[in-house]
Amino acid sequence: MSDTQTSATNQIPVTVLTGYLGSGKTTLLNRILSENHGQRYAVIVNEFGEIGIDNDLLVESDEEIFEMNNGCICCTVRGDLIRTVQNLMKRKGAFDAIIVETTGVADPAPVAQTFFMDDDVRAASKLDAVVAVVDARHVLQRLEDTEEAEDQIAFADVILLNKTDLVTKEELDTVQARIRSINPYAILHRTERCAIDLKSVLDRGAFDLDRILSLDPHFLQHGHHEHECGPDCDHDHDHHHHHGHDHGHGHDHGHHHDHDHGHECGPDCDHDHHHHDENPHSVKSISLKAGDLDPELFFPWINQVTQVQGPNILRMKGIIALKDDPQRYVIQGVHMIVEGDHQRDWGADEPRESRLVFIGRDLNWDVLRSSFNACEVQ
Amino acid sequence: MTTLAPVEVDGFVVRAGFIDDQAYFATGEGAVVLVGSGQQEVRPHKGGLLAAEETPDRKALLTSGDDGRILRLASDGSFELLAERPRKWIDMIACGPSGAIAFASGRTAWVRLADGKENEFNHERAVGGIAFAPKGMKLAVGRYDGATIWWANATGKPQELPWKGAHLGVTFSPDGKYLVSSMQENAMHGWRLSDMQDMRMTGYPTKVKSWSWSVKGRYLATSGATAAIVWPFFGKTGPMGQTPLQLGTRGDSLVTAVACHPKEDVAAVGYADGMVLMCRFEDNAEVLLRRPGKGAVSSLSWDNAGIRLAFGTEEGEAGIVSLM
Repeated sequence: MSDTQTSATNQIPVTVLTGYLGSGKTTLLNRILSENHGQRYAVIVNEFGEIGIDNDLLVESDEEIFEMNNGCICCTVRGDLIRTVQNLMKRKGAFDAIIVETTGVADPAPVAQTFFMDDDVRAASKLDAVVAVVDARHVLQRLEDTEEAEDQIAFADVILLNKTDLVTKEELDTVQARIRSINPYAILHRTERCAIDLKSVLDRGAFDLDRILSLDPHFLQHGHHEHECGPDCDHDHDHHHHHGHDHGHGHDHGHHHDHDHGHECGPDCDHDHHHHDENPHSVKSISLKAGDLDPELFFPWINQVTQVQGPNILRMKGIIALKDDPQRYVIQGVHMIVEGDHQRDWGADEPRESRLVFIGRDLNWDVLRSSFNACEVQ
Repeated sequence: MTTLAPVEVDGFVVRAGFIDDQAYFATGEGAVVLVGSGQQEVRPHKGGLLAAEETPDRKALLTSGDDGRILRLASDGSFELLAERPRKWIDMIACGPSGAIAFASGRTAWVRLADGKENEFNHERAVGGIAFAPKGMKLAVGRYDGATIWWANATGKPQELPWKGAHLGVTFSPDGKYLVSSMQENAMHGWRLSDMQDMRMTGYPTKVKSWSWSVKGRYLATSGATAAIVWPFFGKTGPMGQTPLQLGTRGDSLVTAVACHPKEDVAAVGYADGMVLMCRFEDNAEVLLRRPGKGAVSSLSWDNAGIRLAFGTEEGEAGIVSLM
């Protein structure tokens, strides 16, 4: 590990598993629970269903969306997860990692946000990766019908394109290209019956930031079977998060207002969603690059972008070279939540380069790009 | 003079206290260590232990675990099964004065009356906490967007107490006039039950996870800030418009557990770094009871005489402090 590594953390890694009903999530869970991999997992499932393994660290949990701060979608968390993680922390020695299975129709944002928003959960655990299981045969139809399917793909750090044996090679390439158009940055594996080395799915660490950000998205749309991340995947993961979601908490928490449960621009917004590729509301991504950034310009900029455009930003991640700073600054976010911290020194042969990726809807890409570039040290 | 006798435990101390004048330490790993003239360890649950509550007479300890069982443990280490909900994690339990108990998991709360009859109370959203009213006739349930007060025997209509947000723990004032909840947001909420007046108790930097009523219920001491925040509940208006006392203020550590003394206006205050202070309400005088250790103080409780204090931490440290 790097010589500048700060204090070792004992935050438990959490893997969030998303995917539509029938995509193969349960198959994957059963494999995780039954394979002899030397790791002990606490597993939080939506229902026991067909999970065939009895395990005293397998817990069923009803999804409880807690809206805070006047129902802002960026401030929704999973109340049941907070409770379950706290309960698990009373048995810290009994497991090494936590897996959270979400319902097929779940919006992944509240799950991810729970690991940033709740102080207790954040102290105890860290989001390791969001893994989406996608059914190669049905995903295109899902994408036509629902916004959740698109959100799940957009949110993912790792995608298992499953049931590849049920489609033709051409169909598979079409499906993969469609997934890539939503999220070019996730690590994608093609699987049958979720047969995969679990190391590719679990304990990925810090979202594989380096690899994700070094990808050229266009290169990936040709349907190669991508694989394992390389030697890079052993990078530093234990940058401890410090608070960065300063978006107006602490004033009036909105108890005197009516909670409007249909958030202004959430999944139920009144636009007509058709989900064609050319649809201006479908999920897109952008990768921004620059040299050293001026922290006096960059931090106000990222705060402003995430506060104003938070509802449309699904995921954001980056590695930033700050002026006069020998260390890499890593940053990531979900909607309005931004977290960043110093990670390690820039290597001697490593080009100092700032890279930032946004995945979202209805974002003004040109403005994002030009305003990001304006943060560059002249 | 104070003396500290450490007690060896195997993990996160969920609850420490006294039953039948013997100290007990219940851990998340599932052990209950009983310390009297001798010391013994029992493991009443198949897996971990999630919650423990003393019966109001302080003769027995109610425990619940991830095995879905609710047990009553006597000071001799024997235990009996009171109820079971297979595969549920029962992490909320409460004891009434008449032998009734309550427990909850997910969106459901149950009351088991002294005669063994069980009543089920369903809610649309997650139950955050449960508490019996002082006479044990009613059960308050903290829930999403407020609280509900049920008749424990399931007759009569429940009383709904609305307030936006997720309510976690609930507690009645010992005179039964107020219900107070801790919330997912860093605040407490209170209802004056005579006229449903709302009270907001805010200003905490973290969630309130520990609270304790002082002698005769005059004050409610709470964790969640760099001092123990102690709200006055006497007079007609309770804490409304009042400034709370702040005891044991420290710049470098948060209060994680509080326990009011049974006889004096004094509270034991435990911190995130493991320190325990004893603080007097009147003049904020402080006595150090335990130096910082490895982990946050997770439980504090006085014996009936107010001479011994049992403590435990999240990192498996525990002991008994004696004032002599």
